[in-house]
Amino acid sequence: MNDKGFLSKLKGVWVPALVLIVWEGVVRAGWVNPQVLPAPSAVLIRWYHYILPVEAYDPEMGSWLAWAFSGELIRDLFESFYRVLMGCLIGGGLALPLGLLMGASRTIYDYMNPLIQVLRPIPPIAYIPLAILWFGLGNPPAIFLIALGAFFPVLMNTIVGVRAVDSIYIRAGKNLGAGSFLMFRKIIVPASMPYILSGVRIGIGTGFICMIVAEMIAVNNGLGYRILEAREYFWSDKIIAGMFSIGLLGLAIDTVVSRLNNYLLRWHRGLE
Amino acid sequence: MTTTQIEINHVSKVFKGSEQDVVALKDIHLSIPEGQFVCLLGPSGCGKSTLLNAIAGFSLPSTGDVIVSGKKVEEPGPDRGMVFQEYALFPWMTVEDNITFGLKIKNEDPVKVKKKLDELLTTLKLTDFRKRFPKDLSGGMRQRVAIARVLALDPPIMLMDEPFGALDALTRRSLQDELLKIWSELKKTVVFVTHSIEESIYLADRIVVMSYRPGTVKKDIMVSIPRPRNPADPDFNNLKRELSEMVMAEQNRFEMAQMRGSTGD
Repeated sequence: MNDKGFLSKLKGVWVPALVLIVWEGVVRAGWVNPQVLPAPSAVLIRWYHYILPVEAYDPEMGSWLAWAFSGELIRDLFESFYRVLMGCLIGGGLALPLGLLMGASRTIYDYMNPLIQVLRPIPPIAYIPLAILWFGLGNPPAIFLIALGAFFPVLMNTIVGVRAVDSIYIRAGKNLGAGSFLMFRKIIVPASMPYILSGVRIGIGTGFICMIVAEMIAVNNGLGYRILEAREYFWSDKIIAGMFSIGLLGLAIDTVVSRLNNYLLRWHRGLE
Repeated sequence: MTTTQIEINHVSKVFKGSEQDVVALKDIHLSIPEGQFVCLLGPSGCGKSTLLNAIAGFSLPSTGDVIVSGKKVEEPGPDRGMVFQEYALFPWMTVEDNITFGLKIKNEDPVKVKKKLDELLTTLKLTDFRKRFPKDLSGGMRQRVAIARVLALDPPIMLMDEPFGALDALTRRSLQDELLKIWSELKKTVVFVTHSIEESIYLADRIVVMSYRPGTVKKDIMVSIPRPRNPADPDFNNLKRELSEMVMAEQNRFEMAQMRGSTGD
């Protein structure tokens, strides 16, 4: 890497660095109450303790690795990630086949569409009372809400994607002897993949929001729960550390999905 | 005596319009023997693609029927391999997967598929591009893949809808030569739609000139110039002049109709 490349990469560092310095300075100068806005250094220290295991290592308790990952943050991350994953798998897993059918068949679309149109504008958050009534507390209502959040974006995009399949591919497929099942699997699904994947990406985003809200209400671990809990103790440094953790988890998920996206759509124009 | 491969029996095709119906084909009657290279020549809107689609089974005639190898055409099928102008390659499949698509869905023996694939890649000079996706290929390369994809199923008939229309002149010529080579080796019946007079004379055994609306057979001529044909040859030029007059007359009718605001295609 040459100097110029290195310097231009540093461009993105200046603004956040400046914000941190000003922030730290403002708190140290005593212009704001640290209870309201803790200094970044305090957040960082809190974050560090949040990551560390709660107890000292004891060989009798089990493996070292299990101990190293026993910190509160690690467990919260794992719980939150697990919920998003399950929710999106269930929501997307139901939306995809339904979307394919609704996109391919006008009749099925006409039967299903009115119901979908009535349910779709209800924000998943509005399902919270019902979710708790149906599933009680714990993972089931949380996963239900996340699945709901992921369901509609995947569904709508899949319908549009199937409809947008260029008829020339269908004609080429017929000409080469493909029957309806093969046509679906080998032609319609891959051809609508760009739309489906963008639906998946939006769905994961919505599911992620639902995850935080659900954790604030239905469970007693996970990142969303943790920042709400920290508020009760006035641990504003922990709230901010938790918020950044949420942001980083979201970024990590989006990065992985975007990589997967690029791999699955490597055949697609304009993605290099 | 060669047998008849494609029999077009008094085929008409009417498209229902909102204001008026469009007669795309009117009483077309043609008999194409096995192994013949036929060009359907005419301006836009003369129904040449409609006729090709009727043979392919994509759009059945309003009246009359098309008999292929003794059987009435009712749906598309791999015995009539189609090469489209827009290539119509599956962009999510590599060159290899595109070519073997037809064989794989027939559950052919993988060893046979591999053998056929290698053979086609060599014939069409695609070996170096076998792992590429269509977006990374030039127009000429894509059309080679489209031809290979059709040839993989070894159809007795190849239908080609202005396959080289979007290519530059040099690529076009080299693909024409390759097509002729393949045709003479494999003895396929070819129905080739074009609006290029020179292309039709360069390629065809027989040129069917079609008229603009209603689409009818205006002239059906055999081309007896020996191959390889040279566009600078006097016979070539005489035929070109003769065909130009006919096609331009139809082209003028097409343009007049366009100016009158009639819908063209």
